[in-house]
Amino acid sequence: MNNLFVYCEIEDGIVADVSLELLSKGRKLANELKCKLEAIAIANNIKGIEKQLFPFGVDVVHIADDAALYPYTTMPHASIVINLIKIEQAQVVLFGATSVGRDLAPRVASGLKCGLTADCTSLVVGDHTENKTGKEYKNLLYQIRPAFGGNIIATIINPETRPQMATVREGVMKKEKISSEYKGEVKIIDFKKYVKDEDFVVKIIERHIEQQKINIKGAQIIVAGGYGVGTKENFNLLFELADLIGAEVGASRAAVDAGIVEHSRQVGQTGVTVRPKLYIACGISGAVQHRAGMDQSVQIISINTDVNAPINKIADYAIIGDVSTIIPKMIKYYKENSK
Amino acid sequence: MSFRIIVLAKQVPDTRNVGKDAMKADGTVNRAALPAIFNPEDLNALEQALRIKEMLNGKEEVEIIILTMGPTRAAEIIREAMYRGADKGYLITDRKFAGSDTLATSYAISLAVKKLAPYHLVISGRQAIDGDTAQVGPQIAEKIGIPQITYAEEVISIEKNKITIKRRLERGIEIVETPMPALITVHSSAPACRTRHAKMMMKFKHARTITEMQEETKDYTELHTARPYLHIDEWSVADLDADVEMLGLSGSPTKVKKIDNVVLQQKESKVLTSNDKDIEMLIKELISSHVIG
Repeated sequence: MNNLFVYCEIEDGIVADVSLELLSKGRKLANELKCKLEAIAIANNIKGIEKQLFPFGVDVVHIADDAALYPYTTMPHASIVINLIKIEQAQVVLFGATSVGRDLAPRVASGLKCGLTADCTSLVVGDHTENKTGKEYKNLLYQIRPAFGGNIIATIINPETRPQMATVREGVMKKEKISSEYKGEVKIIDFKKYVKDEDFVVKIIERHIEQQKINIKGAQIIVAGGYGVGTKENFNLLFELADLIGAEVGASRAAVDAGIVEHSRQVGQTGVTVRPKLYIACGISGAVQHRAGMDQSVQIISINTDVNAPINKIADYAIIGDVSTIIPKMIKYYKENSK
Repeated sequence: MSFRIIVLAKQVPDTRNVGKDAMKADGTVNRAALPAIFNPEDLNALEQALRIKEMLNGKEEVEIIILTMGPTRAAEIIREAMYRGADKGYLITDRKFAGSDTLATSYAISLAVKKLAPYHLVISGRQAIDGDTAQVGPQIAEKIGIPQITYAEEVISIEKNKITIKRRLERGIEIVETPMPALITVHSSAPACRTRHAKMMMKFKHARTITEMQEETKDYTELHTARPYLHIDEWSVADLDADVEMLGLSGSPTKVKKIDNVVLQQKESKVLTSNDKDIEMLIKELISSHVIG
C-alpha cells in the first residue's frame, strides 16, 4: 500500500532502458518517501524477468505473463494496470514517455480519475501549502516539465488525488544499478480477473520494430549539426570529426526537416534528450526546443557565424566562424596533438 | 445511416515560431504576442478524415464534423476546417471550462462526442503544441469506452465495421485493425492537410456561431435560415448536461504549483575566433583534460 510503481516496457523479453531509468529514479524517490519500489511487468514468456529488475532496487515485481498480452495493446494492459493500482493503492506510478507509455498512461489516468503529467524532466519530493485554505500537504511529487513549446517550466502537483502519475522520456533520468545482490519478491497478477473479452478487439496484423542502430543517447561525445551547416558535404565533415574523436553525430530539427540527416539523430524536445560529456553544436542557433534536449551536457562548444546565437549563451566555448573552415582545423589539430 | 467522422481540433498559440517580437526584454516569452493557429497534428487528422471520405466514396455517405473547445475566437479553426472539406462544426464554449486540465477537458469533450452519436470514428491530432501532453485523445476513448489507436500515420483500408491503420512508433511501425467506433490520434508523420478549396471558401465564408453573430453588425438570420450548415452550434456546460464539479479547477486533479519562465542564462563562456591559434589551443585543452582522445 502507498508504494511507488513503475510500468515496465518489455520488448523480446528485455526491459526497455527507459523503464530501468525510471526504476533508478523511483528507487531514490521511494527512499525519500519511505515506501517500497514496485515494478509492473506485462508481456509474454518473461519467466525470470525479475532478474533484470531487482538490481535496480525493486522490492516487488508484479508479473502477468501470457501470449495474449504481447505485443502491447492498449486495453488489456490498461485494465490490468488500473485494477492493480486500485488494489495496491499506489502513491506514485511512473511510465516511459514513449509510444507505449503515452498511449497507456492517459487511459489509466482517466480510468482512475487521477492526475497525469506528461514528459517530466525532473521529479522531486516536496511539501505544499494551499494558499486559500492554508491546508498543508507533505511529501508530494513535484512533476516538473517544460510547457508551451519549452518556453516555460511548470511544476505540477496532485494534492488531493492518488496515485500521482507522470511520464518521463528516455534518456532524461540516469540508469543506475543499486546492487546485483538486491533481492525483491515476485507476485503473479491474476490478470484474468481484470481483463474482459472486449479488451482484445484491437488486433496487431504486422509489426516491424528495429533495434535502434544509431545511439546518440548513449554517446559520450556528440557532434551535432544544424541548418547552419548548410549542405550534406559539410555534414560529412561532422561525421569525419565524430569518427576521429569517437563521437556520434546529432542534429537539430532544422537539419532533419531539411532532409540532410535522419530523424533518429535529432536532439531536442521532439527528438532525443542527451547528456554527453561534450556536445559540439555546429551551425545550431539553439532554439529552446533544441536546448531542452542538450543543455545538461557537461561541456558545450558552439560553432556559429552569429555571435548573438542563443546557443552561445549556454556554451563553454563559442567559436565564431564558419563550420566548413573550423571543423577541418579541429581535425587537423586533433591529429597533430593526440597520441 | 450516414458514416459520421468527428474530427477533434484545437486552436493553439504558435509556440514553434517564437520570434524576436514575442520575446520580452527579460528573455521570457510574451504569450499574448503569439499568433493563434490550427494545431498542426489536428490538420493531419482532418486530412485522414477527408481521405476516408474519399475511400468510401460511392459506398457510404460520409459526414465530417469538426468539434473544438475554446473561446469564441476558436470558431476560426472550424471555418478553416470547413474551407478544407469539413461539413459541419460545433464549438464547446463556457467560462466554467476555464482551468481544466486534460482529465476535465476530456470529460467535457467526451460528453459532446456522445451527444453526436451515432458516429464511426473520432479522429484527432496526437497532441497539441501548447501542452504536448497527448493525453486528451486516450482519455476521451476511455470515458466513452471505445478502442484507441494512437500515433496513426495512415489509414490502410476501411470496411463496414473495421478499419486498418498503420502506426508510427519510435523504432518502427505497427499495422493494427480495430472495430468501430474507435478513436484515432494522428502523428505528424502523416500526410499534410490539403489546402483550402475555393468553392468551399465561398460556401462557408458566412459560417458563424451565435456569439459571433451577436458581435457583428451584419444580420445573418435570413442566410442561416436558408443554409443551416452555416450555423456553428455552441454548446455550454448546460447543453452538455455536465457536472460542474468535474470541470475547470475543481475537476482537475493536477494543479500548477509554479511556473518558471525560461530565461537564457549567461554562462561564463569563452569566445574564440576561427584562427588556427584559437582552435589549436582548444583542442589541446580538451585532450589534456581527457574530454577527448
